[in-house]
Amino acid sequence: MSSVEALREPQRALRFIAPIAVGLIILALWFLVVDVLHAAPRALPSPVAIVGQIADHYDIILEDMGITATNALVGLAVGAVVAIVLAALAATFRPIDGMLAPLVAAIAVVPIVAITPILNTMFGASSQFGRQYVAAIAAFVPVFVNVLRGLRQTRPVHRDVLRASGANGLQTFRVLTLPTALPYLLTGLRIASSIAVIAALVAEYFGGPADGIGTAIASYAKSGHAALAFAYVAGGIAIGLVLFLVMSLLERLVTRGRPV
Amino acid sequence: MSRSRAAIAWGALGVLAVLVAWELYKFLGPADGLVVGAVAGETGSGVMILPRTNDRAMPHIWDMVARLFQSASGGDTPPLIVPVVTAALTTLGIAAVGWLIGVAVGALLGLVMQRWRLAEWGLLPWIVVSQTVPLIAFAPLIASIGSQVDRAGTIPWPQWLSVAVIASYLAFFPVAVGVLRGLEAPDRIHLDLMKTYAAGYWPTLFRLRLPAAVPHLLPALRLAAANAVVGAVVAEVSIGMRGGIGRMLIQLAGQGSSDPAAPWGPTFGSIALGLVAAGSVALVGLGLRNYRRGEATV
Amino acid sequence: MSAVIAKGVGKTFGTKAGDVVALTEVELTVEAGEFVSLIGPSGCGKSTLLRLIADLDSATTGELEVFGKPARQARINQDYGIAFQQAGLLPWRTVAGNIALPLELHGVSKKARADRVAELAALVGLEEFVDRYPDQLSGGMQQRVAIARALAEQPRLLLMDEPFGALDEMTREYLQGELARIAADTGAAVVFVTHSIPEAVFLSDRVVVMSPRPGRITDILTTGLGDARTEALRESPEYFERVTAVREALHGAPVERANER
Repeated sequence: MSSVEALREPQRALRFIAPIAVGLIILALWFLVVDVLHAAPRALPSPVAIVGQIADHYDIILEDMGITATNALVGLAVGAVVAIVLAALAATFRPIDGMLAPLVAAIAVVPIVAITPILNTMFGASSQFGRQYVAAIAAFVPVFVNVLRGLRQTRPVHRDVLRASGANGLQTFRVLTLPTALPYLLTGLRIASSIAVIAALVAEYFGGPADGIGTAIASYAKSGHAALAFAYVAGGIAIGLVLFLVMSLLERLVTRGRPV
Repeated sequence: MSRSRAAIAWGALGVLAVLVAWELYKFLGPADGLVVGAVAGETGSGVMILPRTNDRAMPHIWDMVARLFQSASGGDTPPLIVPVVTAALTTLGIAAVGWLIGVAVGALLGLVMQRWRLAEWGLLPWIVVSQTVPLIAFAPLIASIGSQVDRAGTIPWPQWLSVAVIASYLAFFPVAVGVLRGLEAPDRIHLDLMKTYAAGYWPTLFRLRLPAAVPHLLPALRLAAANAVVGAVVAEVSIGMRGGIGRMLIQLAGQGSSDPAAPWGPTFGSIALGLVAAGSVALVGLGLRNYRRGEATV
Repeated sequence: MSAVIAKGVGKTFGTKAGDVVALTEVELTVEAGEFVSLIGPSGCGKSTLLRLIADLDSATTGELEVFGKPARQARINQDYGIAFQQAGLLPWRTVAGNIALPLELHGVSKKARADRVAELAALVGLEEFVDRYPDQLSGGMQQRVAIARALAEQPRLLLMDEPFGALDEMTREYLQGELARIAADTGAAVVFVTHSIPEAVFLSDRVVVMSPRPGRITDILTTGLGDARTEALRESPEYFERVTAVREALHGAPVERANER
């Protein structure tokens, strides 16, 4: 290790210490305001109480987590598949791209969850399908945008090399277009995973069966059981984080060794 | 035909295709929808992947449009479109306030994080995690703090302000990240140039980093606007605020069995809301056109 | 007073693979008004030396003085102007805006700025383009704007890091002529980093030959071609002879000529 390198070690450690320190400070302040000073409104529970509720009710929390997580995953999978197919079509056929572009741009900016009541009417209020549909639409947009970009990202010099080597369309796709697009697909999936979880959760506020993390949070928050509501919130965060970490890991594995 | 006119034409065709697909499915699709995995004799089993085609579940498009111009709740009440537009504008106003708050907070965070590496390391992970906390969890908290402040009398705090604050929670994140990335975007060579001019932090910020940040800032502002709309709608529902489009969505959905075309009114209103919000921000982008020269076109 | 005095200057970078000695034992004096080129293969430290003079990096050993002050002070006093291989123009500013950038930063009044910009634009032959944006200009024109910008505050020292490297040969020769004229007119000292032997010989009073691993000066040759740098010079025998001398110094051995075999 060179002399200059030795100076970098504490810097690298600081990268990890800084966020942990900030988190601890936030936690300490929270605890101070609620448990020591008793200065918080009833809607803000004590962190200690939240942990207690998690310990007491972890089994039903996990059950509801399962429902919301399933909805999110189904939505993610369906949305991603449809997005890949449509992006491939849009990259190949200009008219399809022309028709899809404004629709996708519109979907990206409208509040998708506003469609949930309609979907629940269409598919029946006892079905999880409305929520899965919403999650699918929400997940569709980032995957579509990123895959389309990835499919267009082949460099002209590489295309020339393959053309000069006499490769046909399918070979070019397999050898060049697909590997080029893969990192973009994974980036899209990573973004879509977080969005799908939030969409599945928020969709629960707009109707459907009385299960899932979202309905639990809403009903417990409204009825004043703040600590239990936050215990469910912890469950929701857990789903989101796990999915995000899995997708990030996948993305890192695939893009290993590639120049940015 | 010029390129932009062709683009608009294809876009209109796309929307038309969706409408045609809807009516075509109504005409040709299975009356009871497509259910997968149903067990004979057990009603309600299986998963319905395609909806029923009757007029209750899927009203005709012309019925949806016509309903907008019929009275809202029977008798002499004005056509449905009036309360829908009123509610949409109300929510738009609240979302706009939420957007402004979110942009201010996000920009400040972005500036601080770019200035001090330590702040970026300490704060950014928490900012990212903050977006995984569902709004509904602390909406009542903000609302109760808001009403306490209002009752204390020092500053008036109407209910919609709580909604705006909650909406700003979703809006600040893309701005914070966008400002951070944008301020760090200038080329090494431009930073070196500023160093050779012995320009300090503030001149470099105003003459180099901020202009260079514009291409990153505009998509962030657009995303923040869309997020502020979603946040406002969700917050309205969770606090139970009257007058906004969120509440109308839930209300009319409850009457869905007797008045199937009515819920589509506020639904169209929400869609229009999102489009107007994003479009307004795009106008800001037009004014900043010179700062986007050299932007990579995707 | 000499423009640049370097005594025993060295620069070492720390990397994961260990220390890299980019420069070692540099002894060089650049007199006021003198045109000096730094030439050598990749890794010989020529750009590093330029960056040390510009105070964009600091030396690990030795002393470096610019007009009798430490490099940092010279930078703060704005004693030099710099031009890089990429023109480095700010895309959202017009040509006039780009040339005026250092003047704006140092509080020059609006009227004085406008006058100076007009003067400089005329100096580099771009009067008609002052309201264009960089993306509307060719590479050669962008580089001319960069040179005008470097001259904005009438520096006594110009630092140039392969400014013509990205241009085609014809534009390059034209700009060399322009640069020689401008340097003679303003009387500024120039430290010019280049890959090109003919360019170094054409422009400079002295050519500093460097070589890598570790980066160091191996030879300093005087060109002695007089003050007039005209196109005719490029065809003269003395010019070719000096080019050969530099080439031999770079290769470390006499070069066999085709007609001597």
